[in-house]
Amino acid sequence: MILHFAILLSFQLAGEVFSRLAFPSAPGPVIGLALLVFALAIFPKLADELRETVNGFLAHLSLFFIPAGVGIVTQLPQIGADGLAIFAAILISTAAAIAVGALTFAGVSRLIGGGDE
Amino acid sequence: MNDVSTLWVYLSASPLTWLTATLIAYLIGHAAFTASGKLPIINSVAIAVALIGGALLITDTPYATYFDGAKFIHFLLGPATVALALPLWFNRAAIRRSLIPMAAALIAGSVTAVVTAISVGLAFGATPETLLALAPKSATAPIAMGVAEGMGGAAALTAVMVILTGVTGAVIATPLLNLIRVKDPKARGFAIGVTSHGIGAARGFQESEQTGAFAGIGMGLNGLATTIIAPLIVAWLL
Repeated sequence: MILHFAILLSFQLAGEVFSRLAFPSAPGPVIGLALLVFALAIFPKLADELRETVNGFLAHLSLFFIPAGVGIVTQLPQIGADGLAIFAAILISTAAAIAVGALTFAGVSRLIGGGDE
Repeated sequence: MNDVSTLWVYLSASPLTWLTATLIAYLIGHAAFTASGKLPIINSVAIAVALIGGALLITDTPYATYFDGAKFIHFLLGPATVALALPLWFNRAAIRRSLIPMAAALIAGSVTAVVTAISVGLAFGATPETLLALAPKSATAPIAMGVAEGMGGAAALTAVMVILTGVTGAVIATPLLNLIRVKDPKARGFAIGVTSHGIGAARGFQESEQTGAFAGIGMGLNGLATTIIAPLIVAWLL
């Protein structure tokens, strides 16, 4: 467990270093994710080692968004002023993007014959 | 009485109080979700944010004081993002077969998210500051905040739009995708991740591991796509 956590943090740290040095527009953890995929390609056994810890971790992914979410209390005046516009824009835009994205994915899969297997 | 208020002065400023409160609020949200028979509308993030936000407003506690305790949980977003490499790795065969549908869905979903957010916001008379915060809202928070700031927007307001978009997607994705009869977990997950980033991915993992894995890829790719697409569309529409 501690070892697994150390591995994840090491990749995040490496990602932060890459982000600072080479790709400032990509966040460190996202680069760390890509680096870990590369590492798994070279050492596939690492995946079995990490699997249980990672599954437990990702099962409660929602928890980690709560502190940032509570930040909404600092923006209540701005949100209040534009409340209806924000509500409508987010609801309509989120629904439209999910529908368009999923239908495009499914449609193109069918076209190229690589769909539901 | 005096002892109680002294104790509260100590507790309300202690990181331990708000760290504990965050975990308990999440457990309450998660218990409500489980008790509802796992209805997506009972979203644990939304419940926890409402409980803690309400507590902060009632007790007049500044967000900075809250975050001093909650930052330990916030920090775990980093290693959790790195951990998404594993489901990606286990689904690598399906991912390799889906490169073309993913590219098409990425462009279609990302452009739709930015164009509809700005045009609906404009139609309802949103201020320019709100519009700039809405534009990159489907990207994961650190990317969206950077993109909004690059266009002259406010990072803190953008973070709120990102969270609201994540929770909205997590709530509506399952019924919406059932309604339009998209059954393929790859298509479902990818669209959820492109639109609703990590909070959507958390919902994706509740549907299946493959849905979550594809949501993780959708989130990562749309983070990159938004840095290019959002400024272009903002320049065109605003």
